[in-house]
Amino acid sequence: MNSSLSGAEPRGSRPKRFLSPASIMIYSILFIAAVYYLIPLYVMVMTSLKGMPEIRLGNIFSPPVEVTFQPWATAWNSACTGLYCEGIKVGFFNSMKILVPSVILSIIIASVNGYALANWRFKGSELFFTTLIFGAFIPYQVMLYPLVIITRNLGIFGTLTGVIVIHTIFGMPILTLLFRNYFVSLPPELFKAARVDGAGFWRIFLQIMLPMSLPIFVVAVILQVTGIWNDFLFGVIFAGTKNFPMTVQLNNIVNSTQGVKEYNVNMAATILTGAVPLLVYFFSGKYFVRGIAAGAVKG
Amino acid sequence: MSRRPFAPLRNLNAKIAAVPMIVTVLVVFVGCTLWTVLYSFTSSRSLPTLDFVGFDQYTRLFRTSRWTVSLKNLAIFGLLSLAFSLIIGFILAALMDQKIRFENTFRTIFLYPHALSFIVTGLVWQWILTPAYGVQKVVRDLGFETFSFPILTDGRFTIYAIVIAGLWQGTGLVMALMLAGLRNIDDEIWKAARVDGIPAWKTYLFIIIPMMRPVFITTLVIISAAIVKVYDLVVALTNGGPGISSEVPAKYVYDLMFSRGNLGQGLAASTIMLTTVLIILVPWALLEFRPRYRKGKIPK
Repeated sequence: MNSSLSGAEPRGSRPKRFLSPASIMIYSILFIAAVYYLIPLYVMVMTSLKGMPEIRLGNIFSPPVEVTFQPWATAWNSACTGLYCEGIKVGFFNSMKILVPSVILSIIIASVNGYALANWRFKGSELFFTTLIFGAFIPYQVMLYPLVIITRNLGIFGTLTGVIVIHTIFGMPILTLLFRNYFVSLPPELFKAARVDGAGFWRIFLQIMLPMSLPIFVVAVILQVTGIWNDFLFGVIFAGTKNFPMTVQLNNIVNSTQGVKEYNVNMAATILTGAVPLLVYFFSGKYFVRGIAAGAVKG
Repeated sequence: MSRRPFAPLRNLNAKIAAVPMIVTVLVVFVGCTLWTVLYSFTSSRSLPTLDFVGFDQYTRLFRTSRWTVSLKNLAIFGLLSLAFSLIIGFILAALMDQKIRFENTFRTIFLYPHALSFIVTGLVWQWILTPAYGVQKVVRDLGFETFSFPILTDGRFTIYAIVIAGLWQGTGLVMALMLAGLRNIDDEIWKAARVDGIPAWKTYLFIIIPMMRPVFITTLVIISAAIVKVYDLVVALTNGGPGISSEVPAKYVYDLMFSRGNLGQGLAASTIMLTTVLIILVPWALLEFRPRYRKGKIPK
């Protein structure tokens, strides 16, 4: 129960009794805050389980009188994004097609790069690394248009390849930082011993570093899966209409102006879009927290 | 190694491994940024041209009401988000640090919005705040029939809806960073304060918070950089409306570049965004990366 962010035990003044006035106040404040944080999730789920007549008459906070799963089916199969009525599932599969290669490619490149920066420094490597980290703070809008020109000239603008390359580029600062810091923290004797035994760059990486760095790979995967799944800007610009990711499809479904708004379908589609990162979050626990502590740089 | 190869070929594998980084840094982070700054001084419209017009795009930009409204909104959103997320985040972290039960449950609840997309956050809050069905209707149904909460329909208030949604998503992160900072404070400090009979709130205010200065500064920089980028949240929650009342700079840049084909204005606006980030970043970098910096940064 007590595993904490930095691995240290909780500190601070200890409440003397469980039900002292101070601790009652602490728990009440935390409880009220928790309710506030949970309300949107609750409202989303409740709305998605109601029929439209009940929504028009009722209260967004009240549970459904008659539970229906029809909005979920409609959201998945036949919700309209303005032009097509094929549901949010199109976006789900597009997001998967973007996510899997982007995660793999960006992690391979960043782990090898972080290892080179940690153990095989060369002239200028620190300068490039510092610039890379500063690059993470440049607003994306500054680099968007030139990147459109570059990807167009490479023939990958508006394709899956294009958006995968963009995700790999913008994932690089935080992932490289993550891997470099991890490899620096490993005992240098390991690396030196392998060098003395005649192992080279790739052999040390594959046979010594990789087996030891499973936890940091888990953190990197979580960081990238949530980050790329939640992306909107790169998807809408670089993926092309056919490949719009789930976030873009969701926004088109909910904010498209035609027809009567089906709030229950909208909320079902919203939950479906949030489900992937939420599941990753609930099952990864402390790895997610480690990821955001490092990934906070990404902003 | 028995023979030393020609200098550029030494350590060749590491250089090959770093090629993607070198290309990214030179072409994207340096190259694309310089391109944008350079072309913001040209008369480019739907296509980039190298016809230099000095600061014309900038003077026109600051005469456009949509842009000045965007800047004003960013300032309101930024200041309120910073103040509230730091205060609420710190208070939650301080409460979580009292050896409470269910700490993991509380942390999971406070942090889960951070796992969601801004699009999801924006759409949920749009639904909760919709006057016809959301908070306004619920309060009216309770009997307060004149209650009015037009936060999404009255242009004077829309930016505050974005602040509410943004805080819901972001405060958990601040809490996590602050909690890490609190856990890094030496237990001896607490013991000494207790021996001297200093009340807990005074210890926090006059001893712990000053000690956590580096954590506060780092958090401040991280949130500020994220605030300048705010885009998806606005698109999902209000799409800049009603009218232009909740426009923000990042959305202005996107719209001018990709929907209106006015490249010069978009590039000038994005250069202003870059300048804003640099104003935040450079003093911090100088402070943080001094030869001997202080302890207490975010743990890795």
